[in-house]
Amino acid sequence: MAYTPHTPEDLAEMLAAVGVARVEELFETVPEANRLNRPLDIPASMNELELTRYASEIAGRNQSAGTEICFMGGGFYDHFIPALVDQLAGRSEFYTAYTPYQAEASQGTLQAIFEFQTLVAELTGMDLANASLYECATAVVEAAFLAMTTTGRLGRIVMSDAVHPEHRQTLATYLKNLEAELVVVPSVNQRTRPEDIAEALTDDTAAVVIQHPNFFGNLEDAESLVKLAQGKGALAIMSVDPISLGLLKNPGSYGADIVVAEGQSLGNILSFGGPSLGLFACRSEFMRKMPGRLVGETVDRKGKRCYTLTLQTREQHIRREKATSNICTNQGLMALRAAIYLADLGPGGFRQVAETSARQAHKAAARLAQIPGVERVLDGPFFREFVVRFEPTRKAAIVAQRARDQGVLAGIPLSDYYPDRPNDLLVAVTEKRTDSDIQALALALEVALASV
Amino acid sequence: MEPSGPPPLLFEQSRTGRKSSVLAATPEGSNPISSLIPEQFLADKPPSLPELDELSVVRHYVRLSQLNFAIDKNFYPLGSCTMKYNPKRNERIASLPGFASVHPYQPASSVQGLLEVLYELQNYLAEIAGLHAVSLQPAAGAHGELTALLVAAAHFRSIGEKRANVLVPDSAHGTNPSSAHIAGFDAVTVKSGANGLVDLEDLKAKLNDQTAVFMITNPNTAGLFDHQISTISSMLREKGALMYLDGANMNAILGVVRPGDMGADLMHYNPHKTFSGPHGGGGPGAGPIAVREHLAKFLPSPMVVKNGNGLYELDFNRPESIGRVRATFGNVGVLVRAWAYIRSQGPDGLKNISEMAVLNANYLLANLKDVYPVPMGDRCMHEFVASARAMSREKGVRAMDIAKRLLDYGFHAPTVYFPLIIAEALMIEPTESESKQTLDQFITAMRAIASESPEVLHAAPVTTPVDRPDEVQAAKNPVLRWRAN
Repeated sequence: MAYTPHTPEDLAEMLAAVGVARVEELFETVPEANRLNRPLDIPASMNELELTRYASEIAGRNQSAGTEICFMGGGFYDHFIPALVDQLAGRSEFYTAYTPYQAEASQGTLQAIFEFQTLVAELTGMDLANASLYECATAVVEAAFLAMTTTGRLGRIVMSDAVHPEHRQTLATYLKNLEAELVVVPSVNQRTRPEDIAEALTDDTAAVVIQHPNFFGNLEDAESLVKLAQGKGALAIMSVDPISLGLLKNPGSYGADIVVAEGQSLGNILSFGGPSLGLFACRSEFMRKMPGRLVGETVDRKGKRCYTLTLQTREQHIRREKATSNICTNQGLMALRAAIYLADLGPGGFRQVAETSARQAHKAAARLAQIPGVERVLDGPFFREFVVRFEPTRKAAIVAQRARDQGVLAGIPLSDYYPDRPNDLLVAVTEKRTDSDIQALALALEVALASV
Repeated sequence: MEPSGPPPLLFEQSRTGRKSSVLAATPEGSNPISSLIPEQFLADKPPSLPELDELSVVRHYVRLSQLNFAIDKNFYPLGSCTMKYNPKRNERIASLPGFASVHPYQPASSVQGLLEVLYELQNYLAEIAGLHAVSLQPAAGAHGELTALLVAAAHFRSIGEKRANVLVPDSAHGTNPSSAHIAGFDAVTVKSGANGLVDLEDLKAKLNDQTAVFMITNPNTAGLFDHQISTISSMLREKGALMYLDGANMNAILGVVRPGDMGADLMHYNPHKTFSGPHGGGGPGAGPIAVREHLAKFLPSPMVVKNGNGLYELDFNRPESIGRVRATFGNVGVLVRAWAYIRSQGPDGLKNISEMAVLNANYLLANLKDVYPVPMGDRCMHEFVASARAMSREKGVRAMDIAKRLLDYGFHAPTVYFPLIIAEALMIEPTESESKQTLDQFITAMRAIASESPEVLHAAPVTTPVDRPDEVQAAKNPVLRWRAN
């Protein structure tokens, strides 16, 4: 494979300069007993044409939001991505740069992150945001850790079961070796009841985690939930759908302490859930305890405004075991895409994405409710995602599979996460879904229901 | 003409009334949105995003991009970071709709092609590691470390033990002790000897029945292969402790020596280094981990498995698994690129990569060591650490000055002041991608810099858009966002 540029002449000259006859001699510090001494058992190399053909054939075996009409959500949404996002974020100078440790060689990345931090802070109504985390579940974990170190309470984290199940599962994994317990409060009618949260709150509760809109798409009583947590001396962590902030009151206006979100929907592709984008914003009093990278404004030796990584004494490469987080590589390119996306849409365009998504979602909910055997479980306020329930004999997973045979990714069967809800389907709608897409969904479900 | 400096911030370019043309407005006469969502939930106004026309957005980001160094335009000998060429073919493959547009919660039956890719990648990474099982879930190297340490904790729990400590060499990446702490362990430092390798006496003194894991980077951050590895492995086994291999430096040993064959029980990969994923100015990465057979049952869920009918499934039914370490399957786009890279290379190509990476590093070392002493020896693996200590003493020129001056010559700086065990460290990793001609230009620049006056070096860089940001000021009075006056 000609990935390396060395000619036979180069090799000869380089080996001579190093003072060895063969490349193998450079590995003489590797003890013979440790060596492999056989070729790796992996397939032989392919040239670009062969590989492209082969990969295209494999990719062609997948259904996707590119080939089907997608009504799936759960934190990852099929939003429209303006062409300039790919064009600009794909520029080699962004794409193939390293983390901006050398500020003079990285002002483009640094300013873009500084702007990203500002955009996320504006969006969430918070004082500060970091340069990104991996995705939302680990952002919830980081928020919980920050709450524990800030409050000095190591007893418990309280979370509604209307928070994304994978975020709950992830936090449980992280807490397993620590003292703190994760207390999950069941929702009632797909909403978190403040009185249930109140009951779970103890004097050693570090934080309450709520999601608004919640995993079922419904709007929570965020104001009461935030106040309850803070009234007990715990921090209020709010997980949000960033697109919803084009229309809904932001977490800052509810007084949240920390905001986390999955940022994929801001100009990033689905890609089976990754690379994803963890958003993390908080009040300024937590600045020196924040996880992850931060870019700050400063001046250079000539007094010119510029940007640099800052407050690095929080971070693992300086503070080692005392760091606020172990995160190093984050999701820089995804953060750049989100910033370009927001800059292109502006306040009006961004609001329109949220509003069109919400309007089409409400149309879809009304249309599906007309289908015999389909029930809208709840009639409360929602943003762009909602649950429909089929009759007890109709399993949502099977209905969804039949709908898929007709070219529609109809939603997420809740039985994947809630075994006691076999007949529920979580349906998400974006601004890309037209009236005829909604009609196609309704027809696909009708046909599916008739066949199971 | 290159722009002379940073453009104004997006927010400073905003003009009220400039609009996006991406979406149609809501038709006149539609019911107000408050008829759908109660007023109490609605914001009074949209978020204060900047208002820009499309061309301004394009020019802004093009100008910003021009302020960056990047592999596609500069040699980037950043030690420990493996800044190799990112093949463009992998980009097009990862962008195929059948990979790029797959929703994470689609059922396995609709994504058989993608699962085949991920299943194959699990197998390739197990083979390259010489270990039994692989989880692709972790999102980056540090996340892989943490996941592996949670696996180790589960292992000890399963045999009725609770061990308090993780041992970490003083030459290790900062993520090692940090991950140990977050996994609930105390990090205990093991010294390096004067030769840069693990000090076996110190290891012996710190190794006991409270040791859960020893985290070793091999080749280590000084670019040396620790030949004591089998001895270390035996010492650990005797105490029932596990050996973790930090795979940041796998680019040196592909197909030559496998972590499992060195005695490692767990390891992580950095596909965004070794397997050519673009760094994106700070990610995305991925951090797959590989483990020995008896630890496989503890790996995170889900894993990709192949059933009796030849179909691929996501296996969630893993009762002893540590659970999830993130939402969704993983940073799949990065993994698809790693798969494509490995398929491009094949066994011979991978081995050639390591050989050429090691040759390139040794060629630089041989041509620089007379002016930049290399304290840890005359030979290296894929990288080496030179020291500017003598220059610092004699001329008051520090490693950072040399790094900044290199930018003026059009080369990205090496990693400086790391590893911590070498004073005034300049850590240089050329990777296999670079030609002899590029290396020769770098050597010429480095040698020229060595003879430049302290004044010139202290004044560097002089060709970059900005000149040594005041980091003290940035940390003392942090300004982490723009605000309207």
